[in-house]
Amino acid sequence: MASNSLAYNEQAGAGETAELGQEAAATMSPSGAFGLFSSDLKKNEDLKQMLESNKDSAKLDAMKRIVGMIAKGRNASELFPAVVKNVASKNIEIKKLVYVYLVRYAEEQQDLALLSISTFQRALKDPNQLIRASALRVLSSIRVPIIVPIMMLAIKDASADLSPYVRKNAAHAIQKLYSLDPEQKEMLIEVIEKLLKDKSTLVAGSVVMAFEEVCPERIDLIHKNYRKLCNLLVDVEEWGQVVIIHMLTRYARTQFVSPWKEDGGAEDSEKNFYESDDEQREGTERRKKPYAMDPDHRLLIRNTKPLLQSRNAAVVMAVAQLYWHISPKSEAGVISKSLVRLLRSNREVQYIVLQNIATMSIQRKGMFEPYLKSFYVRSTDPTMIKTLKLEILTNLANEANVSTLLREFQTYVRSQDKQFAAATIQTVGRCASSISEVSDSCLSGLVCLLSSRDEVVVAESVVVIKKLLQMRPAQHGEIIKHMAKLLDSITVPVARASILWLIGENCERVPKIAPDVLRKMAKSFTSEDDLVKLQILNLGAKLYLTNSKQTKLLTQYILNLGKYDQNYDIRDRTRFIRQLIVPNEKSGALSKYAKKIFLAQKPAPLLESPFKDRDHFQLGTLSHTLNTKAAGYLELSNWPEVAPDPSVRNVEVVELQTKEWTPAGKAKKENPAKKFYSESEEEEDSSDSSSESESESGSGSEEEADSSEDSSASSPSEQEGESASESEGRSKRTAKKSWKTRAKSDSEDEEKENEKSKSSDSSSAESSSAEESSSDAESESESDSGPDSRKVTKEKEGRPKQARSTLPKDVSLLDLDDFNSVSTPVALPTPVLSPSLRADLEGLNLSTTSSVINVSSPVFVPMKTHVLLHRMSGKGLAAHYFFPRQPCIFGAKMVSVQITLNNTTDQKIENIHVGEKKLPAGMQMHAFSPVDSLEPEGSVTVSMGIDFCDSTQTASFQLCTKDDCFSVNIQPPVGELLLPVAMSEKDFKKEQGMLTGMNETSALIVATPQDFTPSVILQKVVNVANVGAVPSGQDHLHRFAARTVHSGSLMLVTVELKEGSTAQLIINTEKTVIGSVLLRELKPVLSQG
Amino acid sequence: MIHSLFLINSSGDIFLEKHWKSVVSRSVCDYFFEAQERATEAENVPPVIPTPHHYLLSVYRHKIFFVAVIQTEVPPLFVIEFLHRVVDTFQDYFGVCSEPVIKDNVVVVYEVLEEMLDNGFPLATESNILKELIKPPTILRTVVNTITGRPGGDKEFLKTDWVTPRGSGAVSPLLLERVFSCVYERSTNVGDQLPTGQLSVVPWRRTGVKYTNNEAYFDVIEEIDAIIDKSGSTITAEIQGVIDACVKLTGMPDLTLSFMNPRLLDDVSFHPCVRFKRWESERILSFIPPDGNFRLLSYHVSAQNLVAIPVYVKHSISFRDSSALGRFEITVGPKQTMGKTIEGVLVSSQMPKGVLNMSLTPSQGTHTFDPVTKMLSWDVGKINPQKLPSLKGTMSLQAGAPKPDENPTVNLQFKIQQLAISGLKVNRLDMYGEKYKPFKGIKYMTKAGKFQVRT
Repeated sequence: MASNSLAYNEQAGAGETAELGQEAAATMSPSGAFGLFSSDLKKNEDLKQMLESNKDSAKLDAMKRIVGMIAKGRNASELFPAVVKNVASKNIEIKKLVYVYLVRYAEEQQDLALLSISTFQRALKDPNQLIRASALRVLSSIRVPIIVPIMMLAIKDASADLSPYVRKNAAHAIQKLYSLDPEQKEMLIEVIEKLLKDKSTLVAGSVVMAFEEVCPERIDLIHKNYRKLCNLLVDVEEWGQVVIIHMLTRYARTQFVSPWKEDGGAEDSEKNFYESDDEQREGTERRKKPYAMDPDHRLLIRNTKPLLQSRNAAVVMAVAQLYWHISPKSEAGVISKSLVRLLRSNREVQYIVLQNIATMSIQRKGMFEPYLKSFYVRSTDPTMIKTLKLEILTNLANEANVSTLLREFQTYVRSQDKQFAAATIQTVGRCASSISEVSDSCLSGLVCLLSSRDEVVVAESVVVIKKLLQMRPAQHGEIIKHMAKLLDSITVPVARASILWLIGENCERVPKIAPDVLRKMAKSFTSEDDLVKLQILNLGAKLYLTNSKQTKLLTQYILNLGKYDQNYDIRDRTRFIRQLIVPNEKSGALSKYAKKIFLAQKPAPLLESPFKDRDHFQLGTLSHTLNTKAAGYLELSNWPEVAPDPSVRNVEVVELQTKEWTPAGKAKKENPAKKFYSESEEEEDSSDSSSESESESGSGSEEEADSSEDSSASSPSEQEGESASESEGRSKRTAKKSWKTRAKSDSEDEEKENEKSKSSDSSSAESSSAEESSSDAESESESDSGPDSRKVTKEKEGRPKQARSTLPKDVSLLDLDDFNSVSTPVALPTPVLSPSLRADLEGLNLSTTSSVINVSSPVFVPMKTHVLLHRMSGKGLAAHYFFPRQPCIFGAKMVSVQITLNNTTDQKIENIHVGEKKLPAGMQMHAFSPVDSLEPEGSVTVSMGIDFCDSTQTASFQLCTKDDCFSVNIQPPVGELLLPVAMSEKDFKKEQGMLTGMNETSALIVATPQDFTPSVILQKVVNVANVGAVPSGQDHLHRFAARTVHSGSLMLVTVELKEGSTAQLIINTEKTVIGSVLLRELKPVLSQG
Repeated sequence: MIHSLFLINSSGDIFLEKHWKSVVSRSVCDYFFEAQERATEAENVPPVIPTPHHYLLSVYRHKIFFVAVIQTEVPPLFVIEFLHRVVDTFQDYFGVCSEPVIKDNVVVVYEVLEEMLDNGFPLATESNILKELIKPPTILRTVVNTITGRPGGDKEFLKTDWVTPRGSGAVSPLLLERVFSCVYERSTNVGDQLPTGQLSVVPWRRTGVKYTNNEAYFDVIEEIDAIIDKSGSTITAEIQGVIDACVKLTGMPDLTLSFMNPRLLDDVSFHPCVRFKRWESERILSFIPPDGNFRLLSYHVSAQNLVAIPVYVKHSISFRDSSALGRFEITVGPKQTMGKTIEGVLVSSQMPKGVLNMSLTPSQGTHTFDPVTKMLSWDVGKINPQKLPSLKGTMSLQAGAPKPDENPTVNLQFKIQQLAISGLKVNRLDMYGEKYKPFKGIKYMTKAGKFQVRT
């Protein structure tokens, strides 16, 4: 490919020059081109000036003109230096146009293009996700091999980005990088693997596309994501759907056994499968007979069906081919209606759809027979559509409908479009040959056409009649005589040749006519077409053998003419025939058999569809359309004899759930307004649960999804409750799982373990009522939290998950009242996406770093308290809060806050609780449990959890007593948004190496040497921030590490002592905002004394 | 996937090219031109053309070929559907999609294409989103651009003295300035607000929609496709219906639309906004609409007995073998119209090549015959059931030429207002999620689709 495109580039260069030449001087010669170059240079000179002006309008104008040049295909590459300067322009439109230019010419001007890279690198760290995304897009579109490592790094970063939109772009970038440098394949596969786990619908299509491009053979990557993809499919954008469906088709063909063997019983087996699901699941062995479809196979078929209603023809076609290739034959019928609907679409769509229908209609006539009339031809159809429709009509012809069809064909034969008329005649021939009942009437109809005035029609008829007669060697003397007469009028060579051949073949049946025909032909031999001449020779030879008395001289005359023909083929044939039939001394042996050779029984030609052999290509592919293997075509494998282990998919479902389901619940409460989102989640939920507990799958799951969807429109609270309860069932499982995980440190084993735990759990969890399971889950996790907090250091893996598992219920219930008040998802794009991907990120971080980086216990807990509510303003109720620096028991992403309530009045204060909350979007709060009463002078300490989303935004809420409500705020110091982690120096360095550039902030500190003793530094740092110390081998380096509570991003603090009394304070983190705030807070603390 | 895109006009000039991956030389289009030559007619050019290293997939619309160059296996419909989407987008942006318009707006076109595809894979194809990313040219902006002679007015620009001398007496400079200053806010093609829609869970709707008049209009448009036999009997007839909506509602409305007789709709395709499950269970369309115009639903009624044919055509066209004259007579009349008038009737027919000229007299309307293309068209207008419109006269045939095999087919176009021929009726439209009361309207119309009468 590379060399090829290179070749094109060269041509392109030449082409451009030529064009420029035309424009300027109307001369195409190189010298002319020179003249034009100078003029062009001048023209570009003013563009350059405009680009260098300091007015945006002038720059914009110049850029627009340049883009105009690019669009016309003119060369604008010498403006590169002037343009690339503007890559950092503030004006967004100029910037975009510069990007357009850059992508077009960077490949040609690699060195200069490098100038722009730093801008993109900077933009990759921009807080705005769209800017990050577009930076990644452009960076990856610049095809400069030198920056491959930079691209790789950017892709890796972006694939872990919080925003699904950025991750989507990362998926796109994978393909670009792969085409630039295929050697990165292994690394890219890792990224793909990571992104495949992504549960955002935005990412799914793009990553599957990347998968198909980079590593379609790694089907094993799909296993664990199979069910998720099936369930997400409906919500993926349409283009992604097409790609995913095609991929899943291939997948299904390798992983499931053929559903076609027992076609008749398909219906039954389907029922069996629904009924027997529970047993099936428990008794892991699937029954071998009768055939029962793998539930996953069924899942795919069921989940793609709604897409037949898509407005996008490509999606409909993709589903159609999926049904064709993997569904039981009895079910494939549903696609025909949708395909027929597509026929109303544009010409091009019709063309492709008709081709596919043509292939299908050969194998299964029944599917399209009810729609026979939809394939009737209109006079306004383009010829290619007409012929395809005709093809399908022929395939659909059977005894019952052939007479109707033939009547229809009569109209077509008279069409003004002669090419089409000719095709119709062939069609009639095919009908006649395949359906014996009508062959006689077809034949007579064709003979009638022989008297048509149009030569093309007559010629085609002759050819078809010839074929028909050959197939039915009965007596057709009359027809042959009729055709012999036609020889006088027909001029089309093929037709003449056909008639001659027919007469020759049947020369014994028409003994009187044949010699006469030969006589006429001998007369006109020299003026005939080559094709006809060959047949004249044949006829002569045959007659010579059967009727040598009458034709000997004639034949010899013809052979003589042939001997001196201009065409060597004819001369050859003449020599051959002469040797063969004319007996002479040399050729004795063979001429004996001459009659056998010439008048042997010839096999009848098979009239068949040109679409007959296309079915080995996957339908809906380019290869199928072209009937040749296109580059990059992936064969559809045959069904395996024995299905590969279906549990490969099962296993990961648990894995997925632990990662996905809990955040899914969270997504709902975080974005109460996002009905659609939660709805899709909901569907996903229900359908997924159906895949686990098939007892209610089938129609059941659909109803369930329905009802939940309805309720989402009418009463969101109901849905909320439902989802909460559902996630509860899961959370329980998760909790159990985390226990198991704790027991086994090996993560490999973990999976197997999960499987077991799942199979035992699922049934119980599913069967118990929602309330039960929810309370279960709660209590369980509560009890878990005890040991957890004791062994924080070791159990990092188990804890966050399990802690999270309690979260969904709590918060979703709390947020119910918010649900209606915010009715539009207008707000803030970031939070919209964050939940899912936050989860991902966390999951990723866990998996990649868990072995080395563990959350540790806080080094130091400052007892500094903050006033929450002063007793004066609180009418005697005073409240203080402080951060205990303990992992929060309410949720892994929450910061625990302890609130001490004091009653300074002389009366009891009753019912102290949290009232209305005014949290910034995305923030979560777990309120403390209400305090029933507080005695005078009494004090009580309660704890609550707040998810600050890694920001220092204030959490405002109302602290209410029985009588009053007080508005209070908690603003977290940035240092409290962290959890200390323990890691080795090596890991620290590694992580730090990955967080350079924009992720690094630093400041210089000046202080007295005694302030720089290790203990003082440690004391000061941990006083401000909840970080863990990292053992350091060097005395002048002090390292601290933490991760942010919400997203789990690493926060690395380094204090590097320099000569004199200065030190360098360096903070590395992805969370640049927090990083810089922390820097600001640490700096004065360290530099004072 | 899609490597490059070339736009080719009917005379074979490549007037726009855009590359998403490495540049593919425009010489690759030579294969296309070859195929075009072979096909003689534009609409016979095969949509898929293989070349040694690439595959060319094309669509032909508005007299422009949109040729996509691809290199590897891809579902052809994927590309074709996308190209159609591109054309739809252009139409949406510029009102018409023609060569001069594309050339005039080449920058916008480029910007739009840039957003629509990333590395050849579709990125943003929803018009609501695109319009937030790249603003469509508005009349005001076009005016400003024309007056200033520059794309994008600049405030500084206004302060220079050229406005006064050039601003002709009729337009006061003050007014101009005011116009500019308000236009200035929108003078750039590129949206400064980054679109939220693409990231949201309702990707088809832009956010922050505000209208003073909240209105929602739905047009139920049905087209009858039919082939009528020589004798007047129906060979095949089906109805293709669509519901086009124009929704201008503030905020994030959630609409439900229900029908009196939803059973009619057994073969439907939806805009992605429609909640499929709700339709499956209740036969109610429930959706959060995109902003502006969109096609909510299209459906197909194919059961032949359900299709009423509203017109009939009486014809007598005869060529005589001996004479050079032929007789031609056509009458159009109403059949099953449910008491509505048939309007906008247009009869057209492709006459055989042997016909040299026609001398005809219509009882109403006007007719034309193009002796070059042999296309007869008769603009009838309204059908008055009391006095049926007819077209009579003679055809002069080429002397000596044999009489044509086939009589020409007659294509019919017509419209019937306030009638959905399938009988589909909207029951009610409700809105949830917003407080205001929208203005709602529904319109029915029946049109002829591919309506052919064989003679």
